[in-house]
Amino acid sequence: MSPSERPALPEALRAEFTELVRHYPERQAALIPALHRCQEELGGWLTPETLEACAEFFGLEPVEVFGVASFYPMFHLRPVGRHVVGVCHNISCALRGAEDILRETCRVTGSKPGGVSADGRFSVVRLECQGACTAAPMLVLDGAFHENLATADVARVLGGAR
Amino acid sequence: MSTEPTKITSPTKTALPPKITSPLKREIYLLSRVGLRDSHTLPVYKAHGGYAALEQVLTGGFTPAQVIQIVKDSGLRGRGGAGFSTGLKWSFMPDPAKDPRPRYLAVNADESEPGTCKDRVLMEQDPHGLVEGILLACFAMRVKTAYVYVRGEYRLSHERVAAAVAEARAAGLVGAKILGTDFACDIWMHKGAGAYICGEETGLMESLEGKRGHPRPKPPFPAGAGLWRQPTTVNNVETLANVPFVITRGADWFKSLGTPKSPGNVLIGISGHVERPGVYELPLGISARTVLEECAGGVWKGRKLKAWIPGGSSTGLLPAAKIDVAMDHDSIREAGSMLGTGAMIMLDETACTVRAMQVIARFYEHESCGQCSQCREGTEWLHQIFARIERGQGRMEDIELLSSLANGMAPAKTICALADAAAIPTHAIVKNFRAELEEHVRLGRCPLDVERHAAELTDLVPEGAHA
Repeated sequence: MSPSERPALPEALRAEFTELVRHYPERQAALIPALHRCQEELGGWLTPETLEACAEFFGLEPVEVFGVASFYPMFHLRPVGRHVVGVCHNISCALRGAEDILRETCRVTGSKPGGVSADGRFSVVRLECQGACTAAPMLVLDGAFHENLATADVARVLGGAR
Repeated sequence: MSTEPTKITSPTKTALPPKITSPLKREIYLLSRVGLRDSHTLPVYKAHGGYAALEQVLTGGFTPAQVIQIVKDSGLRGRGGAGFSTGLKWSFMPDPAKDPRPRYLAVNADESEPGTCKDRVLMEQDPHGLVEGILLACFAMRVKTAYVYVRGEYRLSHERVAAAVAEARAAGLVGAKILGTDFACDIWMHKGAGAYICGEETGLMESLEGKRGHPRPKPPFPAGAGLWRQPTTVNNVETLANVPFVITRGADWFKSLGTPKSPGNVLIGISGHVERPGVYELPLGISARTVLEECAGGVWKGRKLKAWIPGGSSTGLLPAAKIDVAMDHDSIREAGSMLGTGAMIMLDETACTVRAMQVIARFYEHESCGQCSQCREGTEWLHQIFARIERGQGRMEDIELLSSLANGMAPAKTICALADAAAIPTHAIVKNFRAELEEHVRLGRCPLDVERHAAELTDLVPEGAHA
């Protein structure tokens, strides 16, 4: 596919990124913040079309954009559920019951770690340390931290996410 | 999805200053505004002494060299883990008269060392303190552009610092002609995307340039060739938050806190098996026992302490007998570990140190960027060996294999220190808890937590694993 045939970003995002690149001496520096915005606005994960559109905007090859996106765990390169639940399983959380929180999260959502529930409502992921160590254990629902959890809290926290 | 407005959930618990018994002088400054209503806003910051240091420097006729000298004289050491002299680091930036290239400050707000959540407290609750520290650092190093690299998961930190920068810009404190002087400085926010290695200063710079966070070989050092190959300094959030106080109160005041070689206060986070986990501001050199017993209320559930980590997961696990060590760089090194990020992680008598190392090794395997074979392969092997010992499938020779692998990974065998971060705690467990490793092998099972292990969903490959 030649560069001119590549998919383009929606106009609002183009305008936003045009402003963003002005913060840096080189355009590519805005790529990771831009990928965040794309993931937020364009369906919760980075589709091949989105990556190609970013490549077009930043003057990069699609494989370069894929190489960057695939390095960072916050970027999803496969479809996700309507809500993404992450449970930190690192040391401070593990010492205070993280595996119980994860097991309960799997029970409530009907998804395995790394999977999507059959109804498409939830993705469940294991997370490395989120910096909530003094409020462990914790989970992250669509980017929001829920801390100092007991197993019994999980159903309530996830209940609001339809 | 994440387009909904951010819900501010419970911030990391920050205990109010507890009364402690210690021969060291106790004074709270870093967290002095935390707990005030709207502590993150400009009016509250200014009402409590905020931007006085900047005004003093810009209108009091200070030269950049003088500011660097004050910071050098204070003995302030970086709070990101390495403990390097901040003033000395600043002095490595080339003289702009001889090297007129653009120059940058990169603020390392990619706090990701397991156990560590102190910078988050500052960014969420006192973001202007960081902004003022950035401005002073930029003045001292004649930098006109600073980037705050905040880990992507710290949504509230990002919002609060961005809002503080916007408030400061509107008040003439960021941008051109700051406080009506010729000093100009821009501060831009930059969001990471969840890779521990981007907290390593050269990995951070690669990531800020929009690339995979692969650390660069040093030299060249950042002061000569950093962001976009231009002179760059990378400073941690807590380090910069100290600077306004060093300026207004002076180097002698700073040295009156802490110990002669590790002056000042430090934010110590204490997590794991304690009654009151939290982030506490304490003088460097405070006894670890004081932090555990007086700040954190002791080991939880009336249990005894078995083991503890003094400064985040890359610092070696120490036995309970070492709990009287002083929390400063030199004392902890003598005790066989490191101060690191001051993140104490406590394990009670029911905890399994092998299981703890399995979790830590899994983390380093996941976070290895994959450039160096010693680290890429070594971290994977360490995780597999700890996992099989914990499952009861280990062999006695595995213990020597752990040491041999760790010796092959570090010190100074790889581009960055991630391999060291995995090797150091490996050496520590073999040295300090060898009997527990041997018991796992002899029994063919973990001697602790038997019921829990039977039900666990362990050892699945984490989603999003890279490299």
